[in-house]
Amino acid sequence: MSPSYYLYLGAILFVIGALGVLLRRNAILVFMSIELMLNAVNLTLVTFSRIVGNLEGQVMAFFVMVVAAAEVVIGLAIIMSIFRTRRSASVDDANLLKY
Amino acid sequence: MTTLAAVSTGEAITFWVLGPLCVVAALMMVLSRNAVHAALYLAGVMLSLAGLYAAQDAPFLAAVQVIVYTGAVLMLFLFVLMLVGVDSSDSLVETLRGQRVAALLVGLGFAGLLVGAIASGVGDGDGVGLEAVNEEGNVVGLARLLFTKYIFAFEVTSALLITAALGAMVLAHKEKGPNALNQRQLARARFAGNSPSPLPGPGVFATKDSAATPALLPDGSDAPGSVDPALSGIDPVAPREGTAPR
Repeated sequence: MSPSYYLYLGAILFVIGALGVLLRRNAILVFMSIELMLNAVNLTLVTFSRIVGNLEGQVMAFFVMVVAAAEVVIGLAIIMSIFRTRRSASVDDANLLKY
Repeated sequence: MTTLAAVSTGEAITFWVLGPLCVVAALMMVLSRNAVHAALYLAGVMLSLAGLYAAQDAPFLAAVQVIVYTGAVLMLFLFVLMLVGVDSSDSLVETLRGQRVAALLVGLGFAGLLVGAIASGVGDGDGVGLEAVNEEGNVVGLARLLFTKYIFAFEVTSALLITAALGAMVLAHKEKGPNALNQRQLARARFAGNSPSPLPGPGVFATKDSAATPALLPDGSDAPGSVDPALSGIDPVAPREGTAPR
């Protein structure tokens, strides 16, 4: 086994997250899939940090985590305010900007 | 120092236990109907990833993963699920025809692209390993980078977090209506009204909460024996509808 196995695992997780974004309708589940993609990228960054032999990848993963935390806070607040006005968390129902 | 960059047996075992666990939990997350189940599967993925970070000489990130992701982000998800309603299940109607098949094809193609890129670009080398840079300790090494080379990004991050907190407060804040009652007015209305005690819960077929309130028979009359004899002479604070006050 070599460290590149972690990269394959990260790729698989990223694809599963992307499929979740494409297939699910519930905005919260779409959001969870985005989190899964961010986590997969973090795993890739940590693995590259180990393959290359410096800590920059881990610092990048740290920043990704911070940005993801901020993104979750804002995203969930937006989902909640959409839910309050439209009584639905489905991505299909938020179409007021359509016309 | 020997070349410790190669993957040890213990790490291989960790990988082969946690990796499949990760993939299965991620698949279950995408496929589960119930949003709360999906959140719990996501917690499984994140905890397994924390284990994989720890196995890869990143103990600080493993701890941060558990604390920030599993502890904070997922709990936030669960809170919002509770606010939005846990039964907000997905509709299974395909709004775009053929979207699922197309998405699966795109996913498979993308997976093939990534795997091909990794296989040709990285290969099966063992890599350099982090023993040299982790000599002082992982946290010390990370802090050295974070507070020198990446100090500007670090400071900007603090601005980002403050903005996010403010934005969440602004977005989630609900303006009360112009004639919302405050606590004082609510208490006054309660004692001036019919029942100072809390009202029975929703779904309860009773108008009073008191133990001295008799149960009602189907025809609306009081059920004998439903009130303790010691209480039978005592009326609840206010009379029930339909009975004359004594």
